[in-house]
Amino acid sequence: MSAGQPPIDSPQIRRLTPVLGPGHTFGSVTDKISSIVLTRPTSLGWYIGFALSFGFTALMTIAIGWLFTKGVGIWGINIPIGWGFAIVNFVWWIGIGHAGTLISAILFLLNQKWRTSINRFAEAMTLFAVACAGIFPLIHTGRPWMAFYMFPYPSTMGVWPQFRSPLIWDVFAVSTYGTVSLIFWFVGLIPDLATLRDHATSKVKQIIYGMLALGWRGSVRHWHRYQSAYLLLAGLATPLVLSVHSVISFDFAVGIVPGWHTNIFPPYFVAGAIYSGFAMVLSIAIPLRKAYGLEDFITMRHLDNMAKVMLATGLIVAYGYFFEFFLSLYSGNKFDVFLVQQRLHGPYSHFYFALILCNILLPQSLWSYRLRHNVAFLFIMSLIVNTGMWLERFVIVVISLTRDFTPSAWGRYQPTFWDWATFTGTIGFFVMLLFLFVRVLPAISIAEMRELVAETAEEEK
Amino acid sequence: MEQHRSHIYGVMAEFETPEQLVDAVEKTRAAGYHRIDAYTPFPVEGLSHAMGLKHNNVPLITLLGGLAGGLGGFYFQYWANVVSFPENIGGRPLNSWPAFIPVTFELTILGASLCAVFGMLALNRLPQPHHPVFNVGRFVHATSDRFYLCIEAHDPKFQVVDTVRFLQGLHPHHVTEVHDD
Repeated sequence: MSAGQPPIDSPQIRRLTPVLGPGHTFGSVTDKISSIVLTRPTSLGWYIGFALSFGFTALMTIAIGWLFTKGVGIWGINIPIGWGFAIVNFVWWIGIGHAGTLISAILFLLNQKWRTSINRFAEAMTLFAVACAGIFPLIHTGRPWMAFYMFPYPSTMGVWPQFRSPLIWDVFAVSTYGTVSLIFWFVGLIPDLATLRDHATSKVKQIIYGMLALGWRGSVRHWHRYQSAYLLLAGLATPLVLSVHSVISFDFAVGIVPGWHTNIFPPYFVAGAIYSGFAMVLSIAIPLRKAYGLEDFITMRHLDNMAKVMLATGLIVAYGYFFEFFLSLYSGNKFDVFLVQQRLHGPYSHFYFALILCNILLPQSLWSYRLRHNVAFLFIMSLIVNTGMWLERFVIVVISLTRDFTPSAWGRYQPTFWDWATFTGTIGFFVMLLFLFVRVLPAISIAEMRELVAETAEEEK
Repeated sequence: MEQHRSHIYGVMAEFETPEQLVDAVEKTRAAGYHRIDAYTPFPVEGLSHAMGLKHNNVPLITLLGGLAGGLGGFYFQYWANVVSFPENIGGRPLNSWPAFIPVTFELTILGASLCAVFGMLALNRLPQPHHPVFNVGRFVHATSDRFYLCIEAHDPKFQVVDTVRFLQGLHPHHVTEVHDD
């Protein structure tokens, strides 16, 4: 490089952008990541962020408490719009979770090294998103204390759940997804919990991390089985993550409502899920690397790759929108044609146009290398995509339900204060869990980073 | 000497790089020691091979868990909707198996995943809060940046003095005795 620096987007520089900053050893990655949890003092920013998100969590519990007291009448739902915000938010949250599993399982099977430093908090994000998602169908049942009716148990009434119903498929898909995500995450954490146990200086921390580490001692025989189990879990989580949003799309696609009854839904829901999930990973990664100085571990290469995945899945989603639109018109079915007109000219058309703007038009800027490498721009774009995906769920649920077959059954939907309180409350809950997570558990997998150090050293030889 | 041996778990050598450890494991096995174990902060490539570890039973347990989940899940839906509580909906067949596939699929994944994780933990005898190797003060580096080889006392060839001398010949950073308590 004696002949002056090549321009930033030249091929030489692009190839050199590493997945790990230079000069790291096994000890340095261990110390750097574990110090965030063990020795670094809790910053004022953390307290402020935690307090704010805790406030919204309190709002959520108040909203749910009021709901339990008064019933679902406090929401804007009515007949014909029985689903409203609860289902919009449920589908949105579950979709966000998908990127975590994609990063931890699919990119693992594809041997993508850049997943290493982002998989841990992406998996945590999955768990927390599933927790937020799970709240909504539960409180939407109207009598949530009867929610156990959805599970097959030998009741004195002698009845069983209707296994032919997509709503029961949902129960199994979401609960399996939550369970598998949790154990996958925990298995990945075991070696790191052992590291924290061995680095902790206070007795209390040693005992807590020691219990959670299950006595892990890094024996080669243990690693041998551990690697088998981890690989198998990745292989199992891959079809699982593709199935979950497919099953959720069946909730719509099996119904005969115009705009729902279409067989493009499963792949287009899965692509949309990954799209919004990667947007959320970016929304979390960018502040996280800044706040804890992790630029060496979450490098521009990671942000660039995630932006590319976002762009690619965004194009699949755009393809889905186009064919949804085209097939409705091409079918000649007058209810489907009418629905397209309602999306373009109906009372909620501004939601539809905002959706096209957020999900299709604005993300095309990610084709630009310079914009993909502008961290602030990426952060804003990730928020825009998240908004767009929320609007997509709103358009699907609300426009179809307000305009079905008979004009006498048409209606309008207006979310109330309590709808917004519950929704923003779950966002606060999600953020609060993330704040707690980065404080008590390693946000980056230490064991896998050591492996990356070893591989990087190997390559340099 | 006999008295002393009953309290000793083994002799442990500490290495600075994974390559040194793999090399040491190969030499130790070549020297006739077989009751040995290596401890590393991450899965070291080639170490399982050097230790002579071949297959393990985690995949088999996972397969059985998946089969149990899938077959059990399908049979349960069949029993509930055909035998226990049959409902005639427009004369459609009671055993409407395509509608049972999503739940069967999810339960297959659930059974396989739970068996993969709990099978792995059970075969590894975890949780096991205490183990003699934790008595070695420097062993905290096993979860950070050092690599350990332990020759266990129940190896027929084990003799404290000879084994320590043998391990020192492998140029480790450190050699220590590991005691049971």
